[in-house]
Amino acid sequence: MKKGIFKNPIRRWFWLFLGPVVAAFAIGFVWPFFQGIYLSFCKFKLISRTTWVGFENYAKAFSDPTFLHAFWYTALFAITSLIFINVLGFAAAYALTQGIKGSNLYRTVFFMPNLIGGIVLGYIWSMIFDGILSRYGTSILLETKYGFWGLIILMCWQQIGYMMIIYIAGLQAVPEDMLEAAKIDGATKWQTLFKVTIPNVMPSITICTFLSLTNGFKLFDQNLALTAGQPFIIQPGGTTVKTTEMLALNIYNTFYGSNSASQGVAQAKAVLFFILVAGLGLAQLAYTRKREVQQ
Amino acid sequence: MNKGQSLSAEQRNKTILSIVLGIICVIYVLPVLTVVLNSFKVNTYVKTDTFALPKGEMWAGFQNFIKGMTFGNYPFWKSVVYSAAITILSTGLILLFTSMAAWYIARVNSIVCKAIYYLCVFSMVVPFQMVMFTLSKTADRLQLNTPWTIPIVYLGFGAGLAIFMFVGFVKSIPLEIEEAASIDGCGPLRTYFLVVFPMLKPTMISVGILEIMWVWNDYLLPYLVLDINKYRTIPIHIQYLKGSYGTVDLGATMALILLSIIPVIIFYLACQKHIIKGVAAGAVKG
Repeated sequence: MKKGIFKNPIRRWFWLFLGPVVAAFAIGFVWPFFQGIYLSFCKFKLISRTTWVGFENYAKAFSDPTFLHAFWYTALFAITSLIFINVLGFAAAYALTQGIKGSNLYRTVFFMPNLIGGIVLGYIWSMIFDGILSRYGTSILLETKYGFWGLIILMCWQQIGYMMIIYIAGLQAVPEDMLEAAKIDGATKWQTLFKVTIPNVMPSITICTFLSLTNGFKLFDQNLALTAGQPFIIQPGGTTVKTTEMLALNIYNTFYGSNSASQGVAQAKAVLFFILVAGLGLAQLAYTRKREVQQ
Repeated sequence: MNKGQSLSAEQRNKTILSIVLGIICVIYVLPVLTVVLNSFKVNTYVKTDTFALPKGEMWAGFQNFIKGMTFGNYPFWKSVVYSAAITILSTGLILLFTSMAAWYIARVNSIVCKAIYYLCVFSMVVPFQMVMFTLSKTADRLQLNTPWTIPIVYLGFGAGLAIFMFVGFVKSIPLEIEEAASIDGCGPLRTYFLVVFPMLKPTMISVGILEIMWVWNDYLLPYLVLDINKYRTIPIHIQYLKGSYGTVDLGATMALILLSIIPVIIFYLACQKHIIKGVAAGAVKG
């Protein structure tokens, strides 16, 4: 009853308050999403003329060596970058919460690369890597391992500061009396770190690991700008495998490459990509929920 | 005695740590410094003497910047204007409409509201590649392919995170304030704009920062949606310089990269506190 007097007048304003978002959301997300799922089961050159082909596109996607290569390459990249970014990000956060001089300045500098866009980052680093590698008569575009580690270095430079911020927030929330109790009990610095501090920042660690994992899987701009998939290898079957091409770029190239008949396959790849990324997101949600119950 | 010794040892450790971090900081700034050096360097030396100071015959003065202005058959200032316009319009549109929708969703809380809310949360885990093809076709058909209409696409695709953050905040505002306003004779419209809207300020700033950073740096969405011959944003412009030419003028490219990161760094130094807070708030969305 009490709520009723207030609630009903708002309801009449539905179209004003929700209308714009609902309309834009329908155009920008809902319709493209469902049309995308539908098209992944179709063969088409024009979106207006489609033929239903069932799971044929998915079968083609799974038998496409470039897609499988991109998947394994992306997974390897995501896990490697996850480890580097989180270990270094945590170390930076730990160092900056020890009350040393200049902490604020250091924090500002470490976070700064995060604001530079992916395309620009890619070109800055491609200049730097080529500046170094050209002395040895090679280039980042010539060796797969240079492309891989180059992208790792780039992502570390960009993301360490971001993860550091989340870890700092976590570290500042560790109860002071717990740390003091450990000190009185005679625990060494390392013991305190592993037995008291890290268990207490577990929520931040969960957020950061999943964040860097999904960031790694979804990476596009940096990949395009740094190597764009080079170097290319022609396999015995005649297919060209772009050795440093990640999943998002592979999907893009399948959509907008020379073969316009493969758009259905590209959309099927996109759906698989969505299931993978959304699966990671849901896994994170389930994991954090479980931990919250335990605590 | 013993205590004094361990204290000074701790102090020494802190000084060492501070110096180590200082060195890492310098290394951290080096990539940006390299861009500055090379933007004043003659093109042919960028690749061979990347890390040298632009002295003597390498010095190009402002030649790279002048060349960069019309580089790639497209004036750079136009990209800057379009990037700024798209970023400001999209962020404004998102802040206004998603906060209104979030208030309605949080307060009415009907089945329709819940459905919209969960759809928004769901949209946050969907990668852009899933919808990029169909979204660009839809935007094309509805003629949303200009800088003045692309904010609608951004509102649609970016609504999820904004709604999620606003709903979370509105739920923490006590209902009594709005009830008081309604008893004093405010209709929902006035209640929202005069009472609720000002209270949303902290979340507005966080969401605003996240949207600005996203839209300003976004490459693929505007590239696929906009009419590229007419409208280019800064990331598209820079990608075009490298992508479509056989021999790339690295000096001019670096000059444009420098010009494009200067406003970002100024923006960062000016609202650093808000940016770091906003980013931390956006990360905990899981």
